[in-house]
Amino acid sequence: MADHKQSFFERWFHSTNHKDIGTLYLLFALFMFFLGGSMAMVIRAELFQPGLQLVSPEFFNQMTTTHALLMIFGAVMPAFVGLANWMIPLMIGAPDMALPRMNNWSFWILPFAFTILLMPLILQLLFGIGSGGPAGGWTLYPPLSLQSGTSLSFTIFAIHLMGVSSIMGAINIIATVLNMRAPGMDLLKMPIFVWTWLITAFLLIAVMPVLAGSVTMLLTDKFFGTSFFNAAGGGDPVMFQHIFWFFGHPEVYIMILPAFGIVSEIIPTFARKPLFGYQAMVYATASIAFLSFIVWAHHMFTVGMPLGGELYFMYATMLIAIPTGVKVFNWVTTLWRGSISFETPMLFALGFVVMFTIGGFSGLMLAIVPADFQYHDTYFVVAHFHYVLVTGAVFAIMAGAYYWLPKWTGYMYNETLGKWHFWLSTIFVNLLFFPQHFLGLAGMQRRVPDYNPAFADFNMWSSIGGFGFGLSQLLFVYIVWKSIHGGVKAQARVWPSARGLEWTVPSPAPHHTFEKPPVIKDGDLAHGDVTH
Amino acid sequence: MKFPRITQFMAFFMSIWVAGAVFAQAEPDEPVKWQLNMTPGVTATSANAYDAHMIMLWVCIIIGILVFGAMAYAMIKFRHSKGAVSDTDFVHSTKLELIWTIVPILILIGSAYPATKMVMAQYGADYGAEKDEMVIKVTGYQWMWRYEYIGEGVDFISRLDRKSDEMRQNKATSQADIDGYKTYLRDVDKPLVIPADTRIRFVITSDDVIHSWWVPALGWKQDAIPGIVNDAWTKVSEPGIYRGVCAELCGKDHGFMPIVVQVLPKAEYQAWLAAQKPAPVVEVAPALAPAEPVAAPEAGTEAPIATPEVAPAT
Repeated sequence: MADHKQSFFERWFHSTNHKDIGTLYLLFALFMFFLGGSMAMVIRAELFQPGLQLVSPEFFNQMTTTHALLMIFGAVMPAFVGLANWMIPLMIGAPDMALPRMNNWSFWILPFAFTILLMPLILQLLFGIGSGGPAGGWTLYPPLSLQSGTSLSFTIFAIHLMGVSSIMGAINIIATVLNMRAPGMDLLKMPIFVWTWLITAFLLIAVMPVLAGSVTMLLTDKFFGTSFFNAAGGGDPVMFQHIFWFFGHPEVYIMILPAFGIVSEIIPTFARKPLFGYQAMVYATASIAFLSFIVWAHHMFTVGMPLGGELYFMYATMLIAIPTGVKVFNWVTTLWRGSISFETPMLFALGFVVMFTIGGFSGLMLAIVPADFQYHDTYFVVAHFHYVLVTGAVFAIMAGAYYWLPKWTGYMYNETLGKWHFWLSTIFVNLLFFPQHFLGLAGMQRRVPDYNPAFADFNMWSSIGGFGFGLSQLLFVYIVWKSIHGGVKAQARVWPSARGLEWTVPSPAPHHTFEKPPVIKDGDLAHGDVTH
Repeated sequence: MKFPRITQFMAFFMSIWVAGAVFAQAEPDEPVKWQLNMTPGVTATSANAYDAHMIMLWVCIIIGILVFGAMAYAMIKFRHSKGAVSDTDFVHSTKLELIWTIVPILILIGSAYPATKMVMAQYGADYGAEKDEMVIKVTGYQWMWRYEYIGEGVDFISRLDRKSDEMRQNKATSQADIDGYKTYLRDVDKPLVIPADTRIRFVITSDDVIHSWWVPALGWKQDAIPGIVNDAWTKVSEPGIYRGVCAELCGKDHGFMPIVVQVLPKAEYQAWLAAQKPAPVVEVAPALAPAEPVAAPEAGTEAPIATPEVAPAT
C-alpha cells in the first residue's frame, strides 16, 4: 500500500480506510445526536408548562418528526455503522472492509441525505421559503403526510438515500464477516459484537427496500395521482401502516442488536470472566431477528384488526420476551462469581442492562392488547421507546465509545469525568423519561404541544431531566476532545482483562492493521472455544 | 445499585396511588395532579384494561426485583476492589438455560390467558348474546368530531370549547389562568350525550386524515380512518361526564380536539334527545341542533367516501 502523506482532503474525503470511515461515521452520528437533541430541547421547552409559549403547533410537529428521523437514521444507525467499521476488521483480523470504495460511498451519501432532509426546515427558518419540514410524524402515515407541501418529496428522497447507504453498509459488513476472517476465526469464535452486526446487516438488507417501496408509493400518491393509500381512489391508508411497520419493527432491532453486542463485549471484560452462554447469546440474537419480522402489527392494535389478528400479534410479540430474557439472564450470570470493577464503559453497560430491561418490561405490557387499547399513542409509549433507544441503544454506544476510545486515540480518557458523565446522564435520563409513564397512564396523548394543568408537574420534571441530559452530553464531547489531544498513553491491551484481536494491535491502532492475517491463539479471543 | 431506586419508586408509587384514589372520588375519571396509574374506568372493557395492566405491572415488578436483585447482589459481592476472584469456568449451564427459557414461557402463557379472554370479551361476545340498543356514528375531522345518532335524525359537531380555544391562542394567557381552568383543553362546546345502561355501538370513520377516538374511562381507543368504518361498543352504568382526546396525530391541532361524553339516566337522555330533534312538522330539516347552530362548513356536507351504510340496530 502506498503510504504517501495524504492531504486532509484526500484522507477524509477519498478515504477507503475502515478506521477513517469509522471515525467519519462516528463524528457524523455525534453531530446528528446534538442536532436531533436540540430539537428535543425545543420540544421539552414547549412542554415545560401548559399553554403555548414558544412555538406554534405546526412547528412543534415538525420538531417531533425531524427529531425522530435524525435520531434514528442520523445518530443511532450511523453510530453503529461507525463502530462496525472501526471494530469488525480489527476483531476478525481483516486488513479492511471487503468493499472499501463502497464504504466511502455509503458514508458520503449521508451528509447529502440529511442536508436534503433538513432543507425544507432550514429554508423556512432562515429564509421564510415554503411551509417548513415534515410534520406528519416520522411514521409518515397517510393521508396526514400527504397534506404536507413539497417537504414530503425532500423527506422521501432523503429516506431513499439513507436506505441506499444502509444497504451498502450492510452488504459490506456481510461480505467482510463472511469472507475476510483470519484463518482460525471460526463463526462460533467470533466476538458477539460481530455476530450481532452480521444479523443486523441481514435485517437491514431485508427491510430497507420495504421502506423505500412504501415511501415511493407515498410519493406517487402525492405527485403522480396514484391511489395506493387514498381511500377515495380505492386505496387503503391502513395498508401503508402494515408495510411501514413491516420495515419498522425490524428497524427497532437494527437499533438494538448491535447494542447487545457491545454490552456483551464490555461486561465480560470488567467482570473478568468470559461471557456466560455464548452460543445461547448467538441463537437468542438470531431468534429476536426472526421474530422481528412477524410482529409488526402490534404497532397497530387500534386500527381495527379482526380478533384473530389482534391475538396472533399479541402472542408473537410476547414471544420476543423469551430470547430477550435469555440475553439479560446471561449478562447477569456473567457478573455472577466474576471480579467486577466499574470503569466508565462498564457503568454504561450495567446502566444499559437495567434500563433496557425497564424498557423491555413496558414493551411486554404494551404487547397485551386490552391494556394497549389504553396505552397506545400515549406518553406511556413515548417512555417505552425512549427507554429502549436512549438508555438502551445510546447508552450502549456511549459504553462502546469509552471502551474503544483509547484504542482509537491512543490516550486514556479522563476516568473521573467519564463517571460524572455516566451518573449525570443516568439521573437526568430517568428524570426525563420515567415520569412519562405516569403521564401516559393518566391519559396524556403523544405528539401534543399543550396539555391540561393536571399533567403539568411531571412534564416539568421531564423537561428538567431533558435539559440536564442534553447538557450532560456536552461533557462527553469535552472528554472525547481531551482524549484525542493527549493524556495518559494507552497500552495495546487497554483493559488488562479484555480479550479479542483488537487488543493485540497497538494503541492508537495504526492506519493499516492485519495486512498479513494474524495467527490466532484461542486464548487471545473472548470466546475461543466452539464446544459451548 | 439500581435496586434501591426501584424499591423507593414502588413505595412512592403505592402511597401516591392510594392518595390519588381517595382524591379521585370527587371527579371519577379525570386525570389528577401527580396521578401515577391508570384508573379502572366505568365499563367492563376499561376494568379489563386496568386488570390486564396491573397483572403485567406486577409480573414485571416481580421479575424486576429478581433480576435487579441478583445484579445488585453480584455487584456488591463480586467486586474486584474487594478481592473477588472470578470463576472463569462458570460460563455455561444447560440446566440454568432451560430454567430461564421454560419459566418465562409459563409466565407468558399465564399472562396471555386472561388477556385473550379480555380481547374476546371486547371482540367476540358483542356479536352474541347482547344486542346493540343504539348506534352512533363518529366522524373525525381536522379538528373536531361529528356525532350522528343513527335513525334519530340528530347530528352535530363537537369541538374544543371557546374558552380553552381562546386561552391557548392568546399569548397573554398566564400560568395562573391555565391552572385556574380545570378543564383546559378537556371541554367541548357540545358533548356527546348517551344513555346509561344501554349497549351502544359506535361506528367510527374520518373525513380527512386518521384520528383516534379515545375516552379512557370507556377503556378503548379506535382509529377513525377515511374510507374505513371501524366499530366498537360501550355500556356505561354510571351517569357522569367522561373526557377523552384524539389519540392519533392528525395535524397542527391534534392536541385541541377533545371528546366529552355525558352519560345521562335513560329518562333524562330521552328528554335530551327529544329536545335535539327537529320540529316534527318539518319532514326534512337539517340534521343540526336548532338551539345551537354550528358554524362548521363540514357539518352540512356529507362525506362522500366515508359514509357507512349502517342500519340502526333497533
